[in-house]
Amino acid sequence: MINLFNYIDRPSPIHRLTGACKLVCLIAWSLAAMTSFYTPLLIAMTAAALVLFRIAKLKLSDISFMLGIMFAYILLNNVLIFLFSPEHGVGIYGSRTVLFSLVGPYVVTTEQLFYHLNVILKNACTIPIVLLFVCTTNPSEFAASLNRIGVSYRVSYAVALALRYIPDIQREYRDISLAQQARGVEMSRKASLVNRLKAASAILIPLILSSMDRIETISNAMELRGFGKGPRRTWYSGRAFSRMDWACMAACCLLAGLSLLLTWRNGGRYFNPFV
Amino acid sequence: MKKFSVKTIVAIGIGAALFFVLGRFVAIPSPVPNTSISVQYGLLAFLSVVYGPIAGALVGLIGHTLIDFSYGWGVWWSWVFASAVFGLLMGLATKLLKMDEAEMGKKGLIKFNIAQLVGHVICWGGVAPVLDILIYNDPLDKLFAQGLVAGVSNAVTTAIVGSLLCVAYAATKTKAGSLTKE
Repeated sequence: MINLFNYIDRPSPIHRLTGACKLVCLIAWSLAAMTSFYTPLLIAMTAAALVLFRIAKLKLSDISFMLGIMFAYILLNNVLIFLFSPEHGVGIYGSRTVLFSLVGPYVVTTEQLFYHLNVILKNACTIPIVLLFVCTTNPSEFAASLNRIGVSYRVSYAVALALRYIPDIQREYRDISLAQQARGVEMSRKASLVNRLKAASAILIPLILSSMDRIETISNAMELRGFGKGPRRTWYSGRAFSRMDWACMAACCLLAGLSLLLTWRNGGRYFNPFV
Repeated sequence: MKKFSVKTIVAIGIGAALFFVLGRFVAIPSPVPNTSISVQYGLLAFLSVVYGPIAGALVGLIGHTLIDFSYGWGVWWSWVFASAVFGLLMGLATKLLKMDEAEMGKKGLIKFNIAQLVGHVICWGGVAPVLDILIYNDPLDKLFAQGLVAGVSNAVTTAIVGSLLCVAYAATKTKAGSLTKE
């Protein structure tokens, strides 16, 4: 079975940080990238993300598959933006410098290209951090981290359950799917879309009804062991914050603050080189 | 805030795992980029009807976040949030329309499908594009085209898969008054 969450165990300073710290950093970092369209900041963040990638000792070959999906995604997204709205950048930056014209209404302007650059940078500075988080955080530590940053332990436990049962349900899905295919249910590209949907339901119904039974069994077992009686609980994989953790969290929160400050001081979200 | 029962917690966990597996492995590509026909919304609607609004919202939130994490293309918070809102709305609609998952007759199915249609319109026509504008400021037409495709395909799959699930589940439950005195 493929390793979905792609946790790569390798000693590095990033791996040594606690999961909770990395989660806080991920949230602060994506907040900074989401709010800002300030190009110099985005460039700096992209560079920093790549440096962090080196520090975590991740190799390109570890993530080549994910990188492929990511490039395809960014490319499609940008093509789509251009197709639907070739003058979007002109509207944002308030000037129009035509470089050359394509077919019909499609004119390439410097402003539009600059807008695309910003969109790409926004993706390019967040995606490595998400990959970093996924590759360096042990999934079983994830739920403990959620609880640490203030999410109720009941909800954190639901996340832990989800991570625990994904492989089981995946296996069950495959078993049922093979059994149905042996009975002649066609799931491949040869079947039409409606037929494929119907075939999907032939697998879903047994899968979901058996999962409902599973819910019953697990909740009885948990109830018997007194789950949810106390106001707090401890985690097997939880760890205490070190000095490094505090430093990283402070840095990322400062970054988010800086992004908000720049947006506010700049009098708008856009860094405009055209005025 | 009311404490969850243990059963709700387990339902959220297993539901999110199911949502993840369906979303990750049963996705059927659609003609418009970045969107795929996702069977998991039928499941989400069904689980929200059975386990209530909070369970529905958390299943959408956790399941969708895990899917985004596993693809490694970054977490698209606007769409994740829309999934959570859909679960929440379906759960609330169940209470509002007094749907009973143990007795899904023709009337129940009509209610279910009206609720899911309204829910999808609000989420993919409202919540997702508006958040995308706030976060990424993508062009409007592109967002609404994506939202429209996602919304329509999700509504169709929910209508087929969700209704089938509701009927199948109701059949496994004992009806009220099914015992007769001899």
